[in-house]
Amino acid sequence: MDDGAELWAAVRLTVELAVVTTLVLLVIGTPIAWWLARSRAAWKEAVAAVVALPLVLPPTVLGFYALILLGPDGPGGWVAGLFGGRSLAFTFEGLVIGSVLYSLPFVVQPIRNAFESFGPRPLEVAATLRAGPRDAFWSVAVPLARPGFVTGAVLGFAHTVGEFGVVLMIGGGIPGETKVLSVAIYDYVETLQWTKAHMLAGGMLVFAFAVILGMLVLEKRLARRLR
Amino acid sequence: MTGCGRRRLGQTLLALLLLGAASVGWAAEARLAIAANFTAAAREIVAAFEAATGHRVVASFGSTGALYTQITQRAPYHVFLAADQVRPALAEREGLAVPGTRFTYATGRLVLFSREPDLVTGEATLRAGTFTKLAVANPITAPYGAAAVEVLRALGIYQTVERRLVLGTNIAQTYQFVETGNAELGLVAASQVAERAGGSRWLVPQSLHSVIAQDAVLLTIGAENPAAVAFLAFLRSGPARAVIARHGYAVAE
Amino acid sequence: MSGPSSIEVRLTGALGTFALAAEFEAPATGIVALVGPSGCGKTTILRCVAGLLRLHGSLRVRGEVWQDDARGIFLPPHARPIGYVFQEPSLFPHLSVRGNLEFGLRRVPSAERRLRLEDVADLLGVSGFLDRDPASLSGGQRQRVAIARALLASPRLLLMDEPLASLDRASKREILPYLEHLRATLDIPTLYVSHSPDEVARLADHLVSIGAGSVRASGPIAEMLTRMDLAREQGADAEAVVDATVTGHDAEFELTALAFSGGTFLVTRTAHPIGQRVRLRVLARDASLTLEHQTGTSILNIFPAVVDEVVTDGASQTVRLDVGGTPLLARITRKSGATLGIEPGRPVHVQVKAVALVD
Repeated sequence: MDDGAELWAAVRLTVELAVVTTLVLLVIGTPIAWWLARSRAAWKEAVAAVVALPLVLPPTVLGFYALILLGPDGPGGWVAGLFGGRSLAFTFEGLVIGSVLYSLPFVVQPIRNAFESFGPRPLEVAATLRAGPRDAFWSVAVPLARPGFVTGAVLGFAHTVGEFGVVLMIGGGIPGETKVLSVAIYDYVETLQWTKAHMLAGGMLVFAFAVILGMLVLEKRLARRLR
Repeated sequence: MTGCGRRRLGQTLLALLLLGAASVGWAAEARLAIAANFTAAAREIVAAFEAATGHRVVASFGSTGALYTQITQRAPYHVFLAADQVRPALAEREGLAVPGTRFTYATGRLVLFSREPDLVTGEATLRAGTFTKLAVANPITAPYGAAAVEVLRALGIYQTVERRLVLGTNIAQTYQFVETGNAELGLVAASQVAERAGGSRWLVPQSLHSVIAQDAVLLTIGAENPAAVAFLAFLRSGPARAVIARHGYAVAE
Repeated sequence: MSGPSSIEVRLTGALGTFALAAEFEAPATGIVALVGPSGCGKTTILRCVAGLLRLHGSLRVRGEVWQDDARGIFLPPHARPIGYVFQEPSLFPHLSVRGNLEFGLRRVPSAERRLRLEDVADLLGVSGFLDRDPASLSGGQRQRVAIARALLASPRLLLMDEPLASLDRASKREILPYLEHLRATLDIPTLYVSHSPDEVARLADHLVSIGAGSVRASGPIAEMLTRMDLAREQGADAEAVVDATVTGHDAEFELTALAFSGGTFLVTRTAHPIGQRVRLRVLARDASLTLEHQTGTSILNIFPAVVDEVVTDGASQTVRLDVGGTPLLARITRKSGATLGIEPGRPVHVQVKAVALVD
């Protein structure tokens, strides 16, 4: 694989990983955020703390645990066994799992805040208008929490793109499969290939700037509409 | 007087000085920057050194690259034990280290290791290629990785196993791949498995790759520090070399 | 009264340090007002009826059991055929006015829908801004939309929790006529929480008086307002309401005649059509008593009455009168009472010098 192709593969892989991870995060993070926002269980903050742990743990530590989790001694190995493999590490699926773990707080927190921001009243109104809990969730809670979903999705996406430590730990740097952009940049920097590193890093900077700017604008617009 | 002789004289003088210092209860403190792969051996050597001389040692462990960056930023280390030869030489050239104090304290050995007891039988295991993942350190960034790729090329199997390689950023991570079983075998540092019982292993002959030499150097900041100077002397002594060998490194005769 | 046309509430429970034990039965017709000082538990009762809050006890509305702890029955709010108007309009900000109106409507099976969106929108005067955002409406407009939204859920019982409390004076005045209009045109039984005597006098048919977590009294409004134990607290502000019918207009003197069970009131001419039912409020201090029918007086509204009950309060007396079956209150001095020999059973004439038409 020549350099250009490898570079392009890293970009494509990164975007794929970020998209899939974000979708999975929304699917998993929404019910968690909903429960955290609505439950009156005394131990819910303990759950919230567990979700927030990746914020505290160094990526290499998290990556190490992910390695055990994905490997033959963990559930990942069992799942891989169903498909004739020995481990989910060094696979795209494994990267998705690692990225989901790592980015979970970035998605759960804004969605939880959004769910909490409008209080119980809109859901009470919905109930008195014959909407059952599931109906009210989709027709009222989710639309009202839209700014939180936007923030969560954007942060999850951006964080996955920029993620490095965990991916490094569980990816194995296989071109086209697990060698994402940040790892490629790292290699270029380590080997003093500054031009390529600058190109990629500059691209990521522009991308991150565009994403964050877009998020701020969109969030403001949504918030205005929901005021 | 030959250079060698002068050095020996210097050492003798230093040793006398140190003994004198120890006898009057005057002990110094040396701060060491040590490559992570040498951690286990270093702890033993430091303990022995402190017991023998009465000096105190503060050791920092890290990747060679990171430590070197700190040294260029005038971190207060007296001695640098690197995992390669490049950084100590660079330090010397940049005036960060005392010229003429650089020497190879250990030579890394590669071992093909698997945690499964019967998997590795020798060179044949690599040639048979019945594994799904072989972990090696990133050849671009890690000396052990470069050596591992040389081994695979020397055996003429690089092309066939290339797609099954998983790369650890450094040799520590590469070992984690193997130890957690995510890769069933890997080319790791012999020092990493020296104290580990079980599994299966094949010590790769040094003829299959270039030397993985680890150099030590006295840093300019430590030039006047008696403990630092004494430690480097101790590192070359018989007892220290025995420890180093026991931890899976080759030591120069 | 029990049965398909009544609301039966039996609730006990504690909310924090606040204990509630409420038990009452009210007719499921017209507007039933829950009145009492703030913090007495009115809203709690309403929320329990809606199912938003669960206390122990039972609830039966128009023959349907909504809650019966003894039998393990508790309908969740969305399964109760109610409409709920909160203190604040609480419109869904992500939906247009039309979207808000359709929210409940769409969730009612079409066979059970009793009102059309266009009709209700007209009734509450919101047709003009169906496609606007709730955020662009005034407070009064929003609350009208909220009321329309609740009505479109085709409730068998409408619940209103101080729907005017959060509005300024002008918005209140804007909405009250709509509420009166609803009461007159739609036959939806309503539980109406209020602590405003004014609203209650204008709207309610039945009163449930609540104090400190329990029901003090419950009954038709005319009876309740003139109950001496309750009227006494009001002192000079005590009042009675009289339901009357427009029977004629006098073009020459520009007066309107309003017949009630004890006679006919003459008031300044109104625009009401003949036959329209109206409500009058008579303050106790605007009514005076004479033993004979006075002729040489400027007062138009004089009716024969019988003294029902007398309560003395310092220098004043509050007298409840039976005016042909309609209770009225008169506030007189104790001296006048002694002079006229006012006591239960005594026939008198009541002179009403001022009367307010509610709508």
